[in-house]
Amino acid sequence: MKKNLKSTASVLATLLSVAGGAMAQDAEPIKLGVLEDQSGDFALATIGKVHGIELAVSEINAAGGIAGRPIEMVTYDTQSDNTRYQEFMRRALQRDKVDVVFAGFSSASREAYRPIVNQFDGLAFYNNQYEGGVCDANMIVTGAVPEQQFSTLLPYMMETYGPNVYTIAADYNFGQISAEWVRNIVAENGGEMVGEEFIPLGVSQFSQTIQNIQAAKPDFVVTLLVGTAQSSYYEQAGAANVDLPMASSVNVGQGYEHKRFTAPSLKDMYATVNYVEEIDTPESQAFVERFRAMFPDEPYINQEAENSYAAVYLYKEMVERADGSTELEDVRATLADGTLCYDAPEGEMCIDPKSQHASHTIYLAHVTEDHSIEFPKKWDAIQPYWLGDIGCDLTQEDPSAQYTPSSNPSN
Amino acid sequence: MEFLYAIFSFLYQFGDAFAFLVLSACGLAVIFGMMGVINLAHGEFILCGAYVSTSVAHMGLPLPVAIAAGSLAAGIAGMIVELVVIRPLYKRPLDTIVATWGISMIVTQGTLIVLGTTMAGSGTPLGSFVVGDYSYSTYRVVLMGMALATLAALWLMFTKTRFGILARATIQVPHVAEALGVNTNLVYSLTFGLGAALAGLAGGLYAPTMTLVPTMGAAFMVEAFVTVVVGGADIFLGTAPAAVVLGLIKATLTSWQGQLAGQIGMLIAVIIVIRILPRGISGKILKERA
Repeated sequence: MKKNLKSTASVLATLLSVAGGAMAQDAEPIKLGVLEDQSGDFALATIGKVHGIELAVSEINAAGGIAGRPIEMVTYDTQSDNTRYQEFMRRALQRDKVDVVFAGFSSASREAYRPIVNQFDGLAFYNNQYEGGVCDANMIVTGAVPEQQFSTLLPYMMETYGPNVYTIAADYNFGQISAEWVRNIVAENGGEMVGEEFIPLGVSQFSQTIQNIQAAKPDFVVTLLVGTAQSSYYEQAGAANVDLPMASSVNVGQGYEHKRFTAPSLKDMYATVNYVEEIDTPESQAFVERFRAMFPDEPYINQEAENSYAAVYLYKEMVERADGSTELEDVRATLADGTLCYDAPEGEMCIDPKSQHASHTIYLAHVTEDHSIEFPKKWDAIQPYWLGDIGCDLTQEDPSAQYTPSSNPSN
Repeated sequence: MEFLYAIFSFLYQFGDAFAFLVLSACGLAVIFGMMGVINLAHGEFILCGAYVSTSVAHMGLPLPVAIAAGSLAAGIAGMIVELVVIRPLYKRPLDTIVATWGISMIVTQGTLIVLGTTMAGSGTPLGSFVVGDYSYSTYRVVLMGMALATLAALWLMFTKTRFGILARATIQVPHVAEALGVNTNLVYSLTFGLGAALAGLAGGLYAPTMTLVPTMGAAFMVEAFVTVVVGGADIFLGTAPAAVVLGLIKATLTSWQGQLAGQIGMLIAVIIVIRILPRGISGKILKERA
């Protein structure tokens, strides 16, 4: 019996030493948490984000990983539900101990999980365009912000179509703050807001809204509609023959409405996007080809899918510059000189050290009568300057706050 | 003339709100109002109608045929659900909440997995017309007509046909109906199927005007439940007047203060009605008549 025990122990010891040896050879993986809405109202725009991350991870792993370590994805479906974000963010940071989290579509969900990232002092990438203003050292934002989307889009629209503007926007933090941006930029350019209406999420019937717009006689309509229910607006406005040009920071580039609705309901919609699959550069077309090779059924590759894809490469660059460390301080230190860039399918993206937001190439996408896309204008390397201008400097201090045009340190 | 235009525009908006309330609520009025089954899968029958009718329309068949096919498909799905899940639960109305909620989630997620995040729409037919300063969608006038036609057809069916009388008898006093030789199981099944088919009809009718996604049924749920709760158990004395009242409140507030006010106004109206008339409008009318 005693002998048996001894031999078992020696076998165990051998096993352990073999396992230990194997461990040392295979570097420990870098854990990448992914919290995105793969079901519910937002799934349409966000499943592509998960696929973008999967594509980047498979490419990076095939080429040897990040600083020799493979990436392991820990993916949760947040079901378009803010409380799920909080639950899964805790689980990802506390139990799964991920090194970095890529999370969030709606601004409501981002604000729901952000305090948890702060609490555990984690690092989260928000790879979505949004209303701007998040000044938080634990967050890196690769999506486009209003100074990139609106200060390009609105002057163009006012010059082309006229100064009278009507906004319809989703009624939550994204829509309200974006509408404030629109109001300010329209006023700065000598235009006039002839109307503004906020639509609760989930509303799908727009007869009265359409009539209110016709009554106000705007030159163009700014549509900041979010979620699949609200996008019914286009079909209904088209059927009522509203026939007004539209401008948007979220539609087309996010929910590919021009592919989903019958032409010409989106005729003369203009959107400022940092990426859509129609962009005709060799880099973009190569990206589309790789994407479709891995996900042949992908209905559309939107700007958030590209942001998510680029974010993996940006993170890789950060960790490699930090000599393989995934500690928050080491990783953030690599941003300080402002040279952390990646040649994304859209063009070069660089992270601004003050705000930890990305610079973008902004394309003006114009939906034509047959719902094809043309790009009448393109702006290179538009910086996310607004946060820096109002006094957010994450290299100095971390307020972990979200600022708006009417509420920030400069006023 | 300006005044007439304004009146037309108000009538159009009221009619539009009325049609949406009636068409979303009719199926639920049969299943929840009459049969007492709290059907949280109502939106998924609407989804079924919308997806089937759009697929049929994509095959090149005319829209009315496509809508009929969607309605029929939802009706058949309803009868299957009744047979498999609902039948043992008629005496346990609270349990139907959980069962139908489960069905709703399975269908929504199943559709997402099998058919993907979205389906291309068929486009709103019939174009638009102009009255005064505003242009209107012609198809939405058809929807108003369909709402009225649906109410009329249901009234005829439940008062003038043998099936209607048997259905009402079975639901009011099932054991007496059974003693008199009525096949109550069949009647329950057909009535549930009728409710589901009406939901499918709403889906088919609204499909050309909406985003087709697995969660689209949710857009109808609040309006449907609110109308049935305000209306009470009787479809004609309940659903129709409830839709008139709520449509009026919603159209007025939305044109005055926007969508949010319309939603709030409608829900406040419901709270007031439930407080004053616990059995809904039809409960009040029927009580006074008795």
